[in-house]
Amino acid sequence: MNKERAKLHGRVHVFGDDINTDYIIAGKYKFKTNDMRELARHAFEDIDPEFIARVQPGDIVVAGNNFGCGSSREQAPLVLLHAGISAVVATSFARIFFRNAINTGLPVLQCPVEGLQNGDQLSVDLATGEIMAGDGRKWQANPLPPVMLQILQNGGLVPHIKKHGGFGFEGGAAD
Amino acid sequence: MGRTIAEKILANHSGQPARAGDIVLADLDFIMGQDGTSPLAIDVFRQMGGVKVAEPSKAALVIDHNAPSPSEGVSALHDMMRGFSREMGVQIYDVGEGVCHQLVPEQGYVVPGDLVIGADSHTCTYGALNAFATGVGSTDLAAALYSGKMWFRVPPTMRVLCHGALAKGVTAKDLVLFLVGQIGADGATYMALEFAGEAISQLSVDARLTIANMAVEMGAKAGLMEADEKTLAWVAGRSARQPQPVQADADAEYEKVLEFDVSDLPPYVAVPHRVDTVVPVSAVEGKRIQQAVIGTCTNGRLEDLQQAARILAGKRIAEGVRLIVAPASRQILLDAIADGTIGQLVAAGAALVTPGCGPCVGTHNGIPADGETVISTANRNFKGRMGNNKAKIYLGSAATVAASALSGMITDPRRVADE
Ligand code: SF4
Repeated sequence: MNKERAKLHGRVHVFGDDINTDYIIAGKYKFKTNDMRELARHAFEDIDPEFIARVQPGDIVVAGNNFGCGSSREQAPLVLLHAGISAVVATSFARIFFRNAINTGLPVLQCPVEGLQNGDQLSVDLATGEIMAGDGRKWQANPLPPVMLQILQNGGLVPHIKKHGGFGFEGGAAD
Repeated sequence: MGRTIAEKILANHSGQPARAGDIVLADLDFIMGQDGTSPLAIDVFRQMGGVKVAEPSKAALVIDHNAPSPSEGVSALHDMMRGFSREMGVQIYDVGEGVCHQLVPEQGYVVPGDLVIGADSHTCTYGALNAFATGVGSTDLAAALYSGKMWFRVPPTMRVLCHGALAKGVTAKDLVLFLVGQIGADGATYMALEFAGEAISQLSVDARLTIANMAVEMGAKAGLMEADEKTLAWVAGRSARQPQPVQADADAEYEKVLEFDVSDLPPYVAVPHRVDTVVPVSAVEGKRIQQAVIGTCTNGRLEDLQQAARILAGKRIAEGVRLIVAPASRQILLDAIADGTIGQLVAAGAALVTPGCGPCVGTHNGIPADGETVISTANRNFKGRMGNNKAKIYLGSAATVAASALSGMITDPRRVADE
């Protein structure tokens, strides 16, 4: 992945375990419209009503286990992207959310990052998996497999497929 | 080293060795989208430059989540799906046909050995038919329609062996709630589950669908079972395609093997607001309820409606309780009309709603009021799931829900069983 695009820096919003897709964007909104900017105004509404007033472009979501569990709604990563979130770092992810995030171009890294508070600074390097807090504390995540980095680097699966006229890799070890 | 069901099906469809952890690009046998995910997928399909669906006969769209439409916004999205279906020659199941996860197996789209994706998290249901079936999002759906393929990370497998036989009055739903409680809501994340053992073999295919349906409630990518004579007979009545049953090797490599003797299990419920907070029904008996729901892709099949009717026939639900019944498909509704089940339920006070998701996802058809308690046969009880985050949702079998509707409070169905 392109070195510059792989490096992210932002303020964090901290969430706990099992943040499901209904908490990210309630089902009652998702069926109303395909307009993600409109939906993004309701991100995390049921569990953190101040989030949307607080969030700034480039911010990073930090969470515990099983982030994004629940439905397959792709609105969940899209809403985060449209709210300005640049990456999600969680102890673990629900797998559909993880796929959807990669496919829509939202970087996700799996790593237990603890002891942070809303507003703390965090740097994330997707290519190496290095994560560093503003106070110098460091964590090491597994870097993403090359296929996923490629899709993210292209900005998601849509631009990736457009560029390659297909998936652009033939399986196997994929590098 | 031997291989798991997941590894074999993904190998057969990718031409790769497909060992756990590998990433493969595989050919799909069937692709499904519902009305919550398809509209976005259609947008994405066009953005990808899609002008035709790779194999229209291997795909279907289902209008089930908001059927009939509760608002103009939803109607516009439904209309968009109908237009896409006409233009692309893809089958659409419109309002009233049923829940996607009932229709796909019932209409014969899945046979043992298949690789299926659906843009809905409970696509894992078809694992009961020995198919690797998994839920994806709208972009994956779009890419699959565009190319007929999808990339997969081959999952490791957790094998769950259920020995013994379920006691009388205890159902597949009770068994799977017990398993969710044991394994936890994220206990099988990224994994495939293989369910096996006598307790599974003894179940009907419909009951097995209930178990595979909730694999995703343990975080799993798929919930697989081997095909036996029951499976093959069930599929033969619905599909002309040749099944390619896939068995796990005796020396397959598992991430984990869990074994349970399930002979003494009681009926269970999941209590608010987590699906893996599971207790015997007896532990919460007496809790007042205001709404009871029988339906959904978990327990809206004929057996479930019959279970409920056996408890409710000739009686009347408690005052102050609303019982909503949503058969999982039009065919089930017809069968349940023909055998008298629907008459018994409606006479007992049930409100019958359109075959489909019913009130499961909280957009219409029975949104609870603040502070109300609901007992439902669905698979999820997150806060806000049914459209009101100030309501509480318990999950149980159709028998438990019917018994609770009868008494107005959570009730062990064995207390009111007919025999
Ligand atoms: S019945 Fe409920 S869980 Fe099943 S597909 Fe519909 S909304 Fe999803």
